[in-house]
Amino acid sequence: MWDYTEKVLELFYNPKNQGTIDALDEPGTAVVFGEVGSIACGDALRLHLKIDIAADRILDARFQTFGCTSAIASSSALTELIKGLTLDEALRVTNREIAEFLGGLPEAKMHCSVMGQEALEAAIYKYRGIELEAHDEDEGTLVCSCFGISENRIRRVIIENNLTEVEQVTSYVKAGGGCGSCLVGIEDILASVQQEKAATSKRLQTELATASQRPLTPIQKINRIQQVLDEVRPMLMADGGDVELYDVNGDVVQVILKGACGSCASSTATLKGAIETRLKEEVLPSLVVEAV
Amino acid sequence: MTVIYLDNNATTCIDPEVLQAMLPYLTQFYGNPSSMHSFGGQVGKAVQQARAQVAALLGAEDTEIVFTSCGTEGNNAAIRAALAAQPDRRHIITTAVEHPAILNVCKQLEKQGYSVTYLSVDSQGQIELMELEAALTGNTALVTTMYANNETGVIFPVEQIGLRAKDVGALFHVDAVQAVGKVPIDLKSSSIDLLTLSGHKLHAPKGIGALYIRRGVRFRPLLLGGHQERGRRAGTENVPGLIALGKAAELARLHLPQVKQEKQLRDRLEQGLLRTIADTQVNGHPTLRLPNTTNIGFKYIEGEAILLSLNQYGICASSGSACTSGSLEPSHVLRAMGLPYTILHGSIRFSLSRFTTEAEVDQVLAVMPGIVERLRALSPFNSDQADWLQDRQAAMAVAP
Ligand SMILES: Cc1ncc(COP(=O)(O)O)c(C=O)c1O
Ligand code: FES
Repeated sequence: MWDYTEKVLELFYNPKNQGTIDALDEPGTAVVFGEVGSIACGDALRLHLKIDIAADRILDARFQTFGCTSAIASSSALTELIKGLTLDEALRVTNREIAEFLGGLPEAKMHCSVMGQEALEAAIYKYRGIELEAHDEDEGTLVCSCFGISENRIRRVIIENNLTEVEQVTSYVKAGGGCGSCLVGIEDILASVQQEKAATSKRLQTELATASQRPLTPIQKINRIQQVLDEVRPMLMADGGDVELYDVNGDVVQVILKGACGSCASSTATLKGAIETRLKEEVLPSLVVEAV
Repeated sequence: MTVIYLDNNATTCIDPEVLQAMLPYLTQFYGNPSSMHSFGGQVGKAVQQARAQVAALLGAEDTEIVFTSCGTEGNNAAIRAALAAQPDRRHIITTAVEHPAILNVCKQLEKQGYSVTYLSVDSQGQIELMELEAALTGNTALVTTMYANNETGVIFPVEQIGLRAKDVGALFHVDAVQAVGKVPIDLKSSSIDLLTLSGHKLHAPKGIGALYIRRGVRFRPLLLGGHQERGRRAGTENVPGLIALGKAAELARLHLPQVKQEKQLRDRLEQGLLRTIADTQVNGHPTLRLPNTTNIGFKYIEGEAILLSLNQYGICASSGSACTSGSLEPSHVLRAMGLPYTILHGSIRFSLSRFTTEAEVDQVLAVMPGIVERLRALSPFNSDQADWLQDRQAAMAVAP
């Protein structure tokens, strides 16, 4: 028996926003849906959005879900979370926020929240006319053939949710839950993410120790920013993108986002946010990023 | 809320008479049956009686019964014993739909150099005797199959299997955990060499089971130690447990003639559900099936969501869906049957007992249509004609 929270049960028994949205010809609005999962996987979610075109804002969200208790509750939670958000804001919703909205999910059910986040992305990309294939993290080496999960997707979930164990990866994206032959591969990815993390934090500590003594000179600041960007580049390149430092203007860091990711407005927003967070943490809390 | 317990293949309630029989052995009769004093000796006598009761249910001799701690132990012990008795033979035949207590032992043995044949089943969960015949060789040490499947209730032609095993001199073990007490078994005139049963599936408590070992079959014990169970299972006996199992076996034997009433209720449930709910089907053979089990696939919805909805009404059942298996894959049994995914993920097993009433069955029949309708209204899938099913191949489960 799963240990579900009251909130999960409440949204399972009395889900909010179930159903579809009819594409009535309301001027200024668009209706779109995004899909993830399949009946073979055991869960699938079709998320319908009604979008205010001018404001780039979600007016209404509905779901249709084939899946277990927590899949239905996660879908309902997602629709509650995103109503009223701009599309850029919605793209920043993580699976963790969905799980938190529900008061938590059993670890083995975290993939239900991941599914919600993915359906949202799918719907918005579709609306923006971005080919999912060209963009999707599903590109890259296939690690788990049972569930069709790529290395990039596993990396992302590890980083976003701070995962440390193979079993957690299985709980979050299912990889490894079938024949199990990919478990070793997942272990390797975990190890490499952890190594990257350890290397960064070590370097940071030494730098912070020196930095705390004197304010950064402009040259130091630029060097530091460049270093951080060099660190995120390999990850971006795995997704077919790239980033380059253009200029630093006081606390405004101007970057050029390139490649597959650069051409897509939504990913630019996500990326910008991610890079900014890192720069704030690792260089100066006052920094802001501007894509040029 | 009163509980409607339709999950008797998972475990059963202790029959009140069984509880009465075992209680004194948890209180005043605590002696060790192996002791020399009469305080222990009287317990020893009770153990003998319990052994006779189990033997009577199976048509076996008392000395052919060894008490174990559970069905899992019985299965492990039987397989290891059969292999140890024929060290020159290195091949095992089993089926793709066995309980993990068989499958995982076989997988381990494969690592140790044994070769294992996993017989396939058809869409009704039945094996093909020709496939068995083709697999048997002079190198086959053991054929081990279940008597009846725990998920679908499908009954295998065990006597036919055993006769074919005999032809090549292989031993034949049967995991009868689900069958004992539900179908008549007479081992006197049988081709079965070893047979496993478990107490908690027939109204005895958990943690007690028995292994039948045909007289003359060479046996090597799994547990070594004292001389209990004539050296075939060391360890001081679980006296209250085996007294309970004895009583439960006796009650099961007396109840066997009334099993058809259980079957009538099962049929009432099954037919009622199929009649009132569209897009449903029974998983498993229509007739070669335990009288208490029905496994029904409800298309386009997911099993765990059905179970939780039933739970609201106090109804206990189980599902073979991925979300309930703890393994992210739907049931290996239903997959081995090659059922479409629409069925796989929405399969629910109801398993009755002699304590199930008509009113309980009718309550399930009353709430189930509403539950299915609600979940189907939430689902994006609703028809077999949809695009996502056009690729039939991709929609069918194929067991690894
Ligand atoms: C067919 C079958 N074999 C073996 C077992 C295991 O029995 P036990 O739980 O007593 O170990 C079960 C119980 O689920 C079963 O259904
Ligand atoms: S390849 Fe990942 S579980 Fe099979």
